Amino acid sequence: MTPAVWMFLAFVVATLGITIWAAKKNTGASAYFAAGRSITGWQNGLAVAGDYMSAASFLGISGMIALFGYDGFMYSVGWLVAYLTVLIVVAEPLRNAGKYTMADLLAYRLTPRPVRAMASLSTITVSTFYMVAQMIGAGALVKLLLKDLPWITTEWAIIGVGVLMVVYVVFGGMLATTWVQIIKAILLITGTIFLSVLVMKHFDFSFVKFFDAISNLTYTDSKTKLEVTRNFLDPGMKFGADVTKGWGPLDLVSLGLALVFGTAGLPHILVRFYTVPDAKTARVSVVWAMVIIGAFYILTTFLGFGAATILKPHNIPTDNMAAPQLAEALGGPMFFAFISAVAFATILAVVAGLTISASASFAHDFYTNVLHHGKEHRPGQEVRVARITAFVVGAVSIFLAIKLQSVNVAFLVGLAFAVAASANLPVIVLSIFWRKFTTTGAVLGLAVGLLSSIVLILLSPSIMGIDGPEIIGAKRRLIQMNALFPLTNPGILSIPLGFLAAIFGSLLRPEPEAERKFAELKVRAHTGLGAEKATSH
Amino acid sequence: MSENNGDKPNVNWEELEEQPAFRALLARKTRFIITSTIFFVIYYFALLVLVGWFPDVMKKQVLGKINVAYLFALSQFFMAWGMAFVYTRKAAEWDKAAAQIIINQ
Repeated sequence: MTPAVWMFLAFVVATLGITIWAAKKNTGASAYFAAGRSITGWQNGLAVAGDYMSAASFLGISGMIALFGYDGFMYSVGWLVAYLTVLIVVAEPLRNAGKYTMADLLAYRLTPRPVRAMASLSTITVSTFYMVAQMIGAGALVKLLLKDLPWITTEWAIIGVGVLMVVYVVFGGMLATTWVQIIKAILLITGTIFLSVLVMKHFDFSFVKFFDAISNLTYTDSKTKLEVTRNFLDPGMKFGADVTKGWGPLDLVSLGLALVFGTAGLPHILVRFYTVPDAKTARVSVVWAMVIIGAFYILTTFLGFGAATILKPHNIPTDNMAAPQLAEALGGPMFFAFISAVAFATILAVVAGLTISASASFAHDFYTNVLHHGKEHRPGQEVRVARITAFVVGAVSIFLAIKLQSVNVAFLVGLAFAVAASANLPVIVLSIFWRKFTTTGAVLGLAVGLLSSIVLILLSPSIMGIDGPEIIGAKRRLIQMNALFPLTNPGILSIPLGFLAAIFGSLLRPEPEAERKFAELKVRAHTGLGAEKATSH
Repeated sequence: MSENNGDKPNVNWEELEEQPAFRALLARKTRFIITSTIFFVIYYFALLVLVGWFPDVMKKQVLGKINVAYLFALSQFFMAWGMAFVYTRKAAEWDKAAAQIIINQ
């Protein structure tokens, strides 16, 4: 067996150990869904970072910068700035007014059943898209990494990741998920720092040499097969008006909107703020997360441009493999093994976070509050339903990931961010800040945000377009006709639509009861009075 | 029809909400949230607009081979960290004010 397999197995064994430890401490719903609200600020900061920095960040951005230069770095910037929305607007009111899920905040002063049903649908949609993307990434990674173990096919890799995430979530709950994310964040940062140092060593630790190489990069263009020299630090290789029939700049702005407003609507990030004792700790944890995530994304400069200059774009067969390939070129097989194991750990931690947020939403929002009017028939029922849901979520994601293997991963993640920004964020913001927000507004906002982002993506060039005969098999687009919507990112249209629908619905049918309860929500959200406390052990 | 989350302290929420101290705290907070959000949104989208529609300005090399585009992008990280620092300082003041309001109720 290769070192990569050994390192990956070591990670699996360590995380299963944590799961066993966490399973012993899991007593009651608060322990299961929110780790007993006992996670400290820096721990949660690391866990948020571990929950957030997905395969799309580590493998995706490195590859994007390696092939498209500066434009790939735009993702890095957007994914950090997004945390200002989380910090300033969402984290503290959410922690103060909620219990386990995003819908807790919405249901606070609105009619719980319709709001929770819609919020749960949106949560599960976002989580599923995101999860399937991660699992497809895992499958592709395995196929490339374990070339000497041909019996591990993409399907088996997807099944393996699915089974592991279900085990973490079903037995270890939020506590195990949190520690898996913390370990992953530490591994990812360590690996990234090492790789960055190796890149700089290649350039004799001279930034002048490094940036000289980036700005004067000679390679073979993949389309024309001609040797070209480009400045990879110049914008425009992906979103430039000349390479995108003029729509690129608008697409970039639309992407930026989805990133900056979508993060604050991602259910698996939001539920992390319920794991800390109070709103102040939630705030501290966002700041910790911003330090870690920011440092990581700045380092993508070295990963991405390092791969571009040292490997050369024409030697990178699949963009998602740029970072591991760079590790192999600079640090040999052992380092390659380490970086690959880090990539696996990255995916596992993210899918575990997604699974627990989806199953918490189904159990707490849909099962307990929609079907059973907020009452548990037997103690522990909610947790049992969540565990069963985790199984179902795991099975469905494994099935979808195997079926959708050929779908572009970045597209699925983009879809998740677009739905989060267009459906979840408007209703969260309006419910915190707008007195006249109503149940009709929330349901309409969630529905329109969800539908419009999905429909616009189906009509976008990601799905619709006429491919030349040279594009074969899975790479051919689903609908072979000209795209009806010119942008690949729907945010610029779907986010305003989500807000407008929520406002329109609220004005259509005023709700005096919701207005009256706004006073209570305001006091709770801004003072923390009556907020859920940590469970004592 | 609404449901309660969390423990239910015996609090007259309406009365608390009408207190001048609470109103003042909320006004200060809202003002900060709105101005800071407007600031970072403008700062961030300025980068995207410049990159998208004014690439020639952004391609200008200012520090050796490093161009305006990269420096502006890098500055976003420090902007975000700076804002987080300012927010934390402000929020500590609000925590004190909120604690006072809770004690006085």
